[in-house]
Amino acid sequence: MGKTLAEKIWEDHVVRSADGEPDLLYIDLQLVHEVTSAQAFDGLRLAGRKVRRPDLTIATEDHNTPTLDILKPIADPVSKLQIDTLRNNAKEFGIRIHSLGDADQGVVHVVGPQLGITQPGMTIVCGDSHTSTHGAFGAIAFGIGTSEVEHVLATQTLPSSRPKTMAINVEGSLKPGVTAKDIILAIIAQIGTGGGQGYIIEYRGSAIRELSMEGRMTVCNMSIEAGARAGLIAPDQKTFDYIKGKPHAPEDFEAAQKYWETLFTDSDAKFDVEITLDGNTLEPFVTWGTNPGQGLPLNASVPNPAEIKDSEERGAAERALEYMGLTAGTPLKNIAIDTVFLGSCTNGRIEDLRAAAAVIEGKKIAPKVRMLVVPGSERVRQQAMKEGLDKVFLDFGAEWRNAGCSMCLGMNPDQLAVGERSASTSNRNFEGRQGKGGRTHLVSPLVAAATAIRGTLSSPADL
Amino acid sequence: MAMEKFIKHTGTAIPLRRSNVDTDQIIPAVYLKRVTRSGFEDGLFAAWRNDPDFVLNQPQYKSGTILVAGPEFGTGSSREHAVWALQNYGFKVVISSRFADIFRGNSLKGGLLTVILPQEAVEAIWTTIENDPATSITVDLETRTVSYGSTTIAFDLDDYTRWRLMEGLDDIGLTLKHTDAIDSFEAKRPAYKPKTLPIRI
Ligand code: SF4
Repeated sequence: MGKTLAEKIWEDHVVRSADGEPDLLYIDLQLVHEVTSAQAFDGLRLAGRKVRRPDLTIATEDHNTPTLDILKPIADPVSKLQIDTLRNNAKEFGIRIHSLGDADQGVVHVVGPQLGITQPGMTIVCGDSHTSTHGAFGAIAFGIGTSEVEHVLATQTLPSSRPKTMAINVEGSLKPGVTAKDIILAIIAQIGTGGGQGYIIEYRGSAIRELSMEGRMTVCNMSIEAGARAGLIAPDQKTFDYIKGKPHAPEDFEAAQKYWETLFTDSDAKFDVEITLDGNTLEPFVTWGTNPGQGLPLNASVPNPAEIKDSEERGAAERALEYMGLTAGTPLKNIAIDTVFLGSCTNGRIEDLRAAAAVIEGKKIAPKVRMLVVPGSERVRQQAMKEGLDKVFLDFGAEWRNAGCSMCLGMNPDQLAVGERSASTSNRNFEGRQGKGGRTHLVSPLVAAATAIRGTLSSPADL
Repeated sequence: MAMEKFIKHTGTAIPLRRSNVDTDQIIPAVYLKRVTRSGFEDGLFAAWRNDPDFVLNQPQYKSGTILVAGPEFGTGSSREHAVWALQNYGFKVVISSRFADIFRGNSLKGGLLTVILPQEAVEAIWTTIENDPATSITVDLETRTVSYGSTTIAFDLDDYTRWRLMEGLDDIGLTLKHTDAIDSFEAKRPAYKPKTLPIRI
């Protein structure tokens, strides 16, 4: 029987396997950031261990960095300590780091692909759950905890049990105005936040193949919101073209590409589960609740919990509506927004900024709405400025910031106030995710832009 | 990091009747700024603890060491701080019918035992500890059972993880015994695989 893409990559990385034990998996690349690494380096130091492969490790500062006045000392002493700790650890252990102000600083999952070190057929880990983003290149990429970060630093391997495989086929073609973000929000609404648990998802079908690399990254990014360990997409010519010319593209490109071309699911391979979605009928999608599975097409209304059969889900919906300050039956398009956040590792790449800029160009932001535009990396910011996008956003009335995670997780000063409501291109709408008491609606960059113009949840078609 | 052996734990339990308890609820991001593994207890369920009626604030549940939660516990981020916060607060065991994968991996690596029981069993424990918060519950890794009063429920845990927890073994130490296998794997890695050093821009 043939093999799935995930099985092929997995098997190429097994260092050792034994009955009743997890496989020992070789890790091709570890990405490191300030929030989940300090305790790992500390563990190494205490045990007198070294980093086995500094040349397969790279660090950047993103989660906790300011997006204003980035060259001044960081105001919050605790954040400063965390950043300083990472810088010292990188120096002590000989790890490449891209610090604030550096051209390659930015959200860890934007930085890897733009440097060309994210390539097909790799195993990639990071102490961050959205590591699944890199799966867009046909890699097995997943988030790990700090103890595992330490384990990979020390051994360049990780004991892991082999996940099951799930195929999600998105057939057909997306309508104009429907994006990768809408695909993944619709998938999560369908299979639930636990639907992918224990699986690696392979996204397939014509609607997936038609996506740009940026769009594929958006889809894979939110695999974790569906509960999956990782998500991936078979590499194709688009993938190869994207990597070509990037700083760390393989010197022997031909040899690499020859291997990459073997990375697809065999026609006689079997997935443990297969799900199919019709791409032709997808609509712009938004979330109304406090988990990413609580989403609906933008044309729908806030659901009535009383109509939900499952008692757990009903309870969750009731709590969500209360937290979100929403009434059942309200058309989603009537929901007024205070803040629009365009950024994050889900939708903070150049293509996302271009798409939003095209919608708002020449228009003015709705009164009382603030819009934060936070490029995913410094390189994205530079590129956007080269194209004059910063001017478009500033003329519109948005704020143009430096790169980082920013309001995606509200760890730095970019936060929602209590009761404030956002339309956000990020990936999590948990209670308090963007600031204590803040209310988040997850949207695509196009919906974010249209919402900033109208002040209520909208798509460009409503303009 | 070396960890404590886990063989058996007896204590009282706290009912957390919520599903989808995500890592931002377990410990909000603003509490993640410490560079040590201790002191995270103040961030545990920080938003909910502002509510005086929240279960952790109720005096009868003050000394609980076993958390009994709804399904999908630990969804969201990979932050191991969620495990540390629970441990720093004093929890030894979390029981739920479903855990998010990364959280579960983190917990079992760090010595916080996460026990999966069927939802009916979770509901039964909730009822019992709500009626009598002083109910003593024993979680035994030797026999892989949770027991209280006259009830005993078996749970699954793979032999390898159980052995590691019972011996308190550090994963890194275990892997380093196979350095030879890692060396020979590395010797065969193709040259086109990317490296972060030397830096190319
Ligand atoms: S942008 Fe958001 S989701 Fe992505 S790495 Fe940063 S905090 Fe995590």
